[in-house]
Amino acid sequence: LTATIFFKNLSAKDKAAVRDLWAKISGKADDIGQDALSRMLVVYPQTKTYFSHWKDLSPGSAPVRKHGKTVMSGVAEAVSKIDDLTSGLLNLSELHAFQLRVDPANFKILSHNILVVLAILFPTDFTPEAHVAMDKFLSALSLALSEKYR
Amino acid sequence: MVEWSDSERSTIASVWGKINVDEIGPQALARVLIVYPWTQRYFGAFGNLSSATHGRTVLNALDKAVKNLDNIKGTYSELSQLHCDKLNVDPDNFRLLADCLTIVVASAFGSALSPAVQATWQKFLSVVVAALSSRYF
Repeated sequence: LTATIFFKNLSAKDKAAVRDLWAKISGKADDIGQDALSRMLVVYPQTKTYFSHWKDLSPGSAPVRKHGKTVMSGVAEAVSKIDDLTSGLLNLSELHAFQLRVDPANFKILSHNILVVLAILFPTDFTPEAHVAMDKFLSALSLALSEKYR
Repeated sequence: MVEWSDSERSTIASVWGKINVDEIGPQALARVLIVYPWTQRYFGAFGNLSSATHGRTVLNALDKAVKNLDNIKGTYSELSQLHCDKLNVDPDNFRLLADCLTIVVASAFGSALSPAVQATWQKFLSVVVAALSSRYF
């Protein structure tokens, strides 16, 4: 994976592209969350460390499906607050920084797997233009989540 | 030395067998140039050489890696020299192209790119990226 450089400069065009894509994919948000998390745990086994309390970390398991939903509702919230992610995601940032203490490198890992799932489920809609907008959005989201770390 | 299980070897052969080199290569390169626009800088010097042509070149080089899984580093020694010493490509960009290749393969394969297959494919690409970067250290 690339070095953890975060971008937060979403243009009006980026935001429109994200809203556009979100409208097409949000119906499958649960599937996307479950699949992205499943892949993260298999392709990047070091991420399992955060879920040692789960009984079953295999793809599509009950805890994975449940947590996929949780993650994607966070993404949905971020889409609705796309004009000010920092203040919009304040609570989530505090959660990730102070309680969960997720290494921010993992935000990039999960983002990558979300993009892979979008390519799989929406091959025609996930154009290079949609890809760059989504990549920037997830990067800005990750940055907002990391704001409270230090 | 990179270790490949029998299952990984057959997965890589199977994925590679289904990849259309003429489509996937150009698509991946076109995507890199859009998603990571600073990479366009490296192609200015190519002049008329289109990214479609270079996309095919990259995929043909990957074919060598597929056929030499046990010595990717040696197989890529000259390519590494070219990219590192002559073209001065920041090795981070190899990772960017690898990520775009994965995305393009995902579009083409759909759910046939299962989590396990994705893991093996990405392991293969990281070995290739490491081999290409080897001249830096």
